[in-house]
Amino acid sequence: MFALKRAVTNAAHIGLQTRPLLLRGYATAADINTLLVVEHKDNAIASSTLNALTAASTLGGSVTALVAGDSPDVVAKAVAGLAGVSKVLVANDPTYGHGLPETFAPLIIAAQKKLNFTHMVAGHSAFGKNIMPRVAALLDVAQISDIIAVESADTFVRPIYAGNAIATVKSTDAVKILTVRATAFLAATAGGSTASSEPAPDADKTSPSEWLGEEIVKSDRPELGAAKRVIGGGRGMKNGENFKLLYDLADTMGAAVGASRAAVDAGYVDNSLQIGQTGKIIAPGISGAIQHLAGMKDSKTIVAINKDPEAPIFQVADYGLVADLFTAVPELTEKLKK
Amino acid sequence: MSSLRIIVPVKRVIDYGTPRLQFASPPIPPPHYLNLVLLPPLSPAIKVRVNATKTDVDRNVKHSMNPFDEIAVEEALRLRERLGADGVKEIIAVSCGNAKAQETLRTALAMGADRAIHVEVSEEEKLQPLGVAKLLRAIVDKEKPDLVILGKQAIDDDSNQTGQMLAGLLNWPQATFASKVDIENTLLKVTREVDGGLETVSAKLPAIITTDLRLNEPRYASLPNIMKAKKKPLDKQTPETLNVDVTPRLQTVRVEEPPKRQGGKKVDSVDELVDKLRNEAGVL
Repeated sequence: MFALKRAVTNAAHIGLQTRPLLLRGYATAADINTLLVVEHKDNAIASSTLNALTAASTLGGSVTALVAGDSPDVVAKAVAGLAGVSKVLVANDPTYGHGLPETFAPLIIAAQKKLNFTHMVAGHSAFGKNIMPRVAALLDVAQISDIIAVESADTFVRPIYAGNAIATVKSTDAVKILTVRATAFLAATAGGSTASSEPAPDADKTSPSEWLGEEIVKSDRPELGAAKRVIGGGRGMKNGENFKLLYDLADTMGAAVGASRAAVDAGYVDNSLQIGQTGKIIAPGISGAIQHLAGMKDSKTIVAINKDPEAPIFQVADYGLVADLFTAVPELTEKLKK
Repeated sequence: MSSLRIIVPVKRVIDYGTPRLQFASPPIPPPHYLNLVLLPPLSPAIKVRVNATKTDVDRNVKHSMNPFDEIAVEEALRLRERLGADGVKEIIAVSCGNAKAQETLRTALAMGADRAIHVEVSEEEKLQPLGVAKLLRAIVDKEKPDLVILGKQAIDDDSNQTGQMLAGLLNWPQATFASKVDIENTLLKVTREVDGGLETVSAKLPAIITTDLRLNEPRYASLPNIMKAKKKPLDKQTPETLNVDVTPRLQTVRVEEPPKRQGGKKVDSVDELVDKLRNEAGVL
């Protein structure tokens, strides 16, 4: 089983295009003061932060970016050059090296005390999901997770039940804490100017937890959450070696490779490639189990190759080919090379 | 702290089919598609539907324990199996919700939890992660556990917040999205699922863990254990007895069906597929 897709490159159809931004109530754009919590690794800004910045800019008002790390200067400079960033707070300390929520949350609270943000925004990535609810609890406010659209300064749209319903929720809290679904917002790009930079306020850096190490899957292919094209494999791949067929096709197209939970559970590929409700949300499909569709049905174009003509994936695929992937995929790779 | 007390919060949610147990029903295809494909028989799992007033989903359907919470209960049981009855003294299941939350607690007891606490909240649908985290903090203050193991998210609201919020309120360390848990004396070591791979963190107990899908495969309760579970203690609390304000902070303006995809075009060959992708979809 196999699917190919092209990620959404503009706001999802239920997003900004059909719901104009209406800033209602007493808050005016000038009052809006947003903190963007920047995720980065190896001197590069995480792509989900770029999408979160676009969501933050959509709110109106000013956007202050917080860059914390054990040597954050390269990233802080890059963030200062992004369109929409008005100020950068830099926290340089070894305790911020690995994104531990136990040190990040006090830092964000210290920034809040000093600068009185009305909104706090981060990507709905493992980093953002880990830190932001802790911050919300410390501020005694709710969090609105995984937003796909901004309707106004206090009203946001988010999927529930694995994307089977879309809820519009209004926050009554003084501070709105948001995590942002990357595929629902364009990535921010470099602007024409450089924002001012200043040290972040000092905060308690003692942590009851310690980062011990990591095993990151190395790949030359595009990052799954941000790739323009994704090739997805499921249980039908039968084993891990067969994924080479997909890697060859992906390399021909400049695509990332993703997988269904069934393929991950069977050990064909690493879990970091999982697409669906509990893994990566990207805007591919395999048999089309509902949890898998949750991660991919907002793709612009979905292509399904499956020998079962009744596979549910064909109900959402723009182009379906009923064929054995073990012959169709190599053929596709060859024809695309021409 | 040589002998651990573990609290496992569990949530009763709409059962629309977990990947582990069953396949969910497919989305309804657009009408023109009916001509092209025979629909597979609808599976017994539940398709979530928005209610007539567009304020919520239809809740008069089968419910079960949130799958991530089953994994949390299982992990507590496995810790006791590894560390022995002296290593894990007690496993307490907690659920916040209406009277039916007791069914979910009985399931946790049947799996092997020792006792249960039901925090009865009449307007269950208005309970939000911050309110639950505060109720759990009050339970933690009473019960003094060393470890709270929660699911990483509930499959109804998909918030992924409660464990982190509880950790914040208690000022405890948090190890979220756990795929492996080790405890030696009072030191916790957790492998976490993060973007791009895995990372390992350690923390001193007491601490919060939230479970990812790959942490374990939960057991089924046996019939004798289901019978025994009926006799295990189940205490009742309310937000009032715990002195916790659970007023919702978020107001649901409306709930809608997601936009339907107009899928369903079949191609006959790889050549036709390449042609469509190049010339019609502009993908290549």
